[in-house]
Amino acid sequence: MEMEEKFREDPRYKQANKEALLAIGLFFLNFLWWFAWAYGLGSGSPADYAWFMGFPAWFFWSVIGGFIVFSFLTWVMVTYFYKDMPLGAQTDYNWRPK
Amino acid sequence: MQWEILVVMVLYVALNIGIGIWSAKLNAEAKGGFLEEYFIGGRGMGGFVLAMTLTTTYISAGSFIAGPGIAYSQGLGWVLLAMSQLPVGYLVLGVLGKRFAIVARKINAVTVIDFLKARYENKFVVLISTLGIVFFFVVAIAVQFIGAARLFESMTGYSYVNALFLFSGLVVFYVTIGGFRSVVFTDTLQGIVMFAGTLILLVGVFAYGGGVKPVMDRLAAVNQDMITPFGLKNFISIPWIASFWILVGFGVIGLPQVAVRGMGYKDAKSMHRAIIIGTVFTGFLMLGMHLIGAVGKAIDPAIKVGDMVVPELTKKTLNPWLAGLFLTAPLAAIMSTVSSQLLVLSSTIIKDIYVNYINPHPDEAFIRKFGHVITAITGLFVLWLAYVPPKELVWLNLFALAGMESVFLWPTLLGLYWKRANDYGALASIVVGSATYIYCHNFWPRPFGTHTIILPLAAALIAFIAVSASTRPPSRETIRRFWG
Repeated sequence: MEMEEKFREDPRYKQANKEALLAIGLFFLNFLWWFAWAYGLGSGSPADYAWFMGFPAWFFWSVIGGFIVFSFLTWVMVTYFYKDMPLGAQTDYNWRPK
Repeated sequence: MQWEILVVMVLYVALNIGIGIWSAKLNAEAKGGFLEEYFIGGRGMGGFVLAMTLTTTYISAGSFIAGPGIAYSQGLGWVLLAMSQLPVGYLVLGVLGKRFAIVARKINAVTVIDFLKARYENKFVVLISTLGIVFFFVVAIAVQFIGAARLFESMTGYSYVNALFLFSGLVVFYVTIGGFRSVVFTDTLQGIVMFAGTLILLVGVFAYGGGVKPVMDRLAAVNQDMITPFGLKNFISIPWIASFWILVGFGVIGLPQVAVRGMGYKDAKSMHRAIIIGTVFTGFLMLGMHLIGAVGKAIDPAIKVGDMVVPELTKKTLNPWLAGLFLTAPLAAIMSTVSSQLLVLSSTIIKDIYVNYINPHPDEAFIRKFGHVITAITGLFVLWLAYVPPKELVWLNLFALAGMESVFLWPTLLGLYWKRANDYGALASIVVGSATYIYCHNFWPRPFGTHTIILPLAAALIAFIAVSASTRPPSRETIRRFWG
């Protein structure tokens, strides 16, 4: 069951794969942030809760903070790490990310 | 409130009709063949439209009515749960990414089943996926039609039947005449409406309640559990809520009506823009709508039925004009979801069944007529189901989301990224995934405390990898075609 002999792979794929992995990485970070703030600050008795801007602190940092931070990080990821590339069916074997 | 709503609705309906007609004109003038223009809009979507259609297709009444309804009972913990959907904005496009866009062009795919067919070259994979779409989408669309009609009825007092024919009829109309372009452009309108609506009601509720801290204090006074992440009596257990990140975060990638949009955008820049816009948009809607529901008891503690929470809060906190404006938002959420599903359903019948197996080289003029007619008939059939709903409908709908993810997620993702993924693996994953889901749903709803979908998806993944690795690899030609 060996794979067939190697052929030249579309050079765009390497960059595209990297971008997919970055998105998954961001997903994990997002989850960690969401989890850590929510259960780190939200697990005690509500009577003892810290508050921030009118919201329970766990909520503010996990939910609102998470929304802001990860919207920003998404922008960073796409602006600095995602690259422009042609999407056409014809493979240009000389293509390189700029 | 009656006539204010009427005015807003008339305007809204007119806009949608206008977009439908304009899209039909664009289709007629377009250079490409019928299938390419009607089902994927000539792959011409720009960033803002892509973001809107992707997110609004996914966001439906669940986020505007049902979700906030549950948040009303459970409190802030339900908002926390809803935020597991924030990643949809970047994950779908990021993971399917440029690979999916490029591959779709290499193989000329206009549907997800086109992709599966070309990749796996297996009749059973195509058959099961096709049946899955036809069955689940008919159910899902009918349920959404019912939801829209009931919502309109509850907010305005107009009869269910009138509301049904008005809104569902409207969707069938503009999808039929305008195809994909109509769907994505109306989705864009719906997106703007959904955003504005959320903002209006969010501000309205907190303004009525006297500000954030007073609202929070009143909420805590009703029940302290409601300001914790855990909901009432630990209903929102940690393993269970964490699994939502898979169900409605990651798993969404597998939904064919969502994935197909990864085939239809213009260029990399559009995709990049859409990722950013989509993330902000989704996050805002999820946070906003569920927070509205969560603090509901601080505004009106007497609402008895979950689905009435948003309509009641709207009536209580907004003046009639703003209430009328807001009402378009949940309707927009439903219409945008349903329009995409209807088009995918129609594309399955026309491309995946008819063109694939009955008439592979149809004459352009014929397929143009046929495509429109089938879309109309399909839409009207589902409309009729919503008119006289079989009682199994809602129960069946529960399986629609999980069912779709179980069937499509791994075959799509692994087929795209793993050279060794083969048809036997795909079939194994579909069978194991679905069977495990049915078992868990009936006998073990929270395996190890997690949501019902987790075990089936995990089992499906293992089955896929194990079976693919131990059976013959895909053909050389196919791999070269997809990776070369």
